[in-house]
Amino acid sequence: MSVDTLSPLPGRKQSLLSRLFSRPLDVVISVTVLLFAASVLWQLSKWAIIDAVWTSPDATSEVCRGVSGACWAVIDVRWRLIVFGLFPYEEQWRSSLACIVMVIVAILSCVPMFWTAIRLSALWIVGFSIFYALMAGGVLGLTPIAPDKWGGLTLTVFIYAAGMLIGMPMAIALALMRRATLPVIARTTGIIIDSVRSLPLITILFTAALVLPFVLPEWLLGDKIWRVILGFALFFAAYEAENIRSGIQALPSGQEEAARALGLTYWQRTSRIILPQALRNALPPTINQFVISFKETSLIVIIGFFDVMASGKAAYGSGEWSFAWVEVYVFVALIYFIFVFSLSRYGAYLERRLRVGQH
Amino acid sequence: MKSLLASRKARAFLLQAVFLIAIVGVLAGAYVQGSRNIAARGITSGFEFLTRTTGFNVGFKLIDYSGYDSFARLILVGLLNTLFLGLLGIVAANIVGLVVAMLRTARNPILNLLGTIYIEIFRNIPMILQVVFWYALLTHLPPPKEALQGLGSFISSRGTYIPGLNVSAEFAAISCAIALAAVMGIVTVSMSRKLSRLNSARLIRWAIALFAVCAVALTLALGHEDGTPLMSMPELRGLNIRDGIRIPPEFLSLLIGMAIYGGAYIAEIIRAGFLSVGKGQAEAAQSLGLTPWQVFSRVRLPLAIRAVLPTLINQYVWLFKATTLGIVVGYTDFFAVISVSINQAGQTLELIGILMLGFLIMNNTIAFLLNRVNDAIALKGSQLRS
Repeated sequence: MSVDTLSPLPGRKQSLLSRLFSRPLDVVISVTVLLFAASVLWQLSKWAIIDAVWTSPDATSEVCRGVSGACWAVIDVRWRLIVFGLFPYEEQWRSSLACIVMVIVAILSCVPMFWTAIRLSALWIVGFSIFYALMAGGVLGLTPIAPDKWGGLTLTVFIYAAGMLIGMPMAIALALMRRATLPVIARTTGIIIDSVRSLPLITILFTAALVLPFVLPEWLLGDKIWRVILGFALFFAAYEAENIRSGIQALPSGQEEAARALGLTYWQRTSRIILPQALRNALPPTINQFVISFKETSLIVIIGFFDVMASGKAAYGSGEWSFAWVEVYVFVALIYFIFVFSLSRYGAYLERRLRVGQH
Repeated sequence: MKSLLASRKARAFLLQAVFLIAIVGVLAGAYVQGSRNIAARGITSGFEFLTRTTGFNVGFKLIDYSGYDSFARLILVGLLNTLFLGLLGIVAANIVGLVVAMLRTARNPILNLLGTIYIEIFRNIPMILQVVFWYALLTHLPPPKEALQGLGSFISSRGTYIPGLNVSAEFAAISCAIALAAVMGIVTVSMSRKLSRLNSARLIRWAIALFAVCAVALTLALGHEDGTPLMSMPELRGLNIRDGIRIPPEFLSLLIGMAIYGGAYIAEIIRAGFLSVGKGQAEAAQSLGLTPWQVFSRVRLPLAIRAVLPTLINQYVWLFKATTLGIVVGYTDFFAVISVSINQAGQTLELIGILMLGFLIMNNTIAFLLNRVNDAIALKGSQLRS
């Protein structure tokens, strides 16, 4: 495919103006669309900024009576509920610090210095441990807080980070098992991956939360949140394993043959030759999978977790603020948008960067 | 023992045997524990509960169902709801996706910008949030008395009412099937290399269309309920809207969500398809004197679709799975009825088994059928040049 060498628009170098108004039809289209966009933009900014109410001095919804613009006061009053859920008020600094730690870990793993398997896993394991210690407490004199009190954005970040941390090694294992020369292992893994991929995520989460207690002995059960994270990780791993497998299959067979001829063992070949190149090949779909998985964490609301969407619903659902549902949903959507958009932009940048020198 | 481990064959055999034993062991352990738990809770396992009456009604159904019907019928209701929503959702997402892809690849930079904004907004917000938002929007509309009106339709917080026909459900379904078959027939004639080269290809297409119109009209006339006008127009009576077809907000919010979110993904796939069609193809078509519309519909679109159909198929399967979001707005899809049945009947393992089997069958059928289509129309050999 020669996608990147073709320009989608005829005459990219022409100036913007001449492309906007080159033909009579273009003039009509441009003017209509511009006028329409301007009016929408005006209405929107009038609602969201000019006529909006930003704060509520007495923490009630009185200030928004008879206001035509957005009532952002609901966010001002209820943001703690949306971000922290039911986390105890005086301990909320721990929740926000934990979130910040995870964001720093995510940003650091975008820096090329950390792009070796050992550094990256060390970074994530250390970051995640700090996150968990901060949230759960019980160490360094922090009061313990049970996972059923966790909520809001922090819960979303927790389930996502834990799911990815468990899911990535699982994905590599599944991909290698599916590529194994031993037919029984390869076939069985194939069946597992394909079955998981053709089921909706919610059925897997549902099974993990409600059905596993039936078939697991008491001592293996663990907390509901960990079962759900395992289900989430399994679903991610099934998709990611296929990305990695196609990364492996894209390698020239000479790589493996040369490594074999040098007398390297299976583990040496896999960890030194195959996987580093395969993971590099699989990077664009992997980033895409990370993005999709972040959005899919929002499904945990269905099995009764108090994530950022559920806490948003609770923030407007209690009578007094019930008229302000648009503002709350816009706020929650904005949170997701910031996370997902920056991740996908970074993915696009990486893809461009990796393409350099490959032609 | 040592010599046994040194032999590659023996090692491979041992490894696989251990793997197999581990899997069988886990399954057997789960089975033993499961039956022990079931016995402890006094639940009789098995599928007899399917014939028991459910005792509760559901909101949205395509076939007759009431609390006196069995769990089997309830599951069928859910299954049909999922298929109905999935089918309509995929069609709607395709239409949105094609339009946005055309915007993204248009000559006019303003249209490009519009397409880009659309994609960036709707692709970066989880679909569940979008569905919940549309549901909140639809249920916050004015009540029936102050409903928005236009084109004989009403839009209110109770649902959207559109004109319909006074035709019994069975006959309506039959006429839909005839119309679908006719469209498929016409497409087959156009797509097939052999048939489309016949001079009478156009005639055959018209014949199919005419036959289908007659058949549909006849079925509708047969199914028409006596003593009612043919058209059923919604109208305000008292505090509620009567007649017409009611589209509940649960269904509509999911349909809008699927169309908008799925459309954003499909648009990007189709756009990649447009970009993969070589410029030479369109230029050659232009120089042969084809009109812009012909260049688009006869050259660029077919080539683009063929290039990206495998990716599109994956997206369709994904969208179909997204119908399970029905449970957050109270649409009784397959997953929702299973979830309710688990609460009511308590047969957790059997019902989860039905759920997974149902999705495995449906998704694999969709993928299988579309992959056959893909095999039939994929570009082969010399057609691949750009």
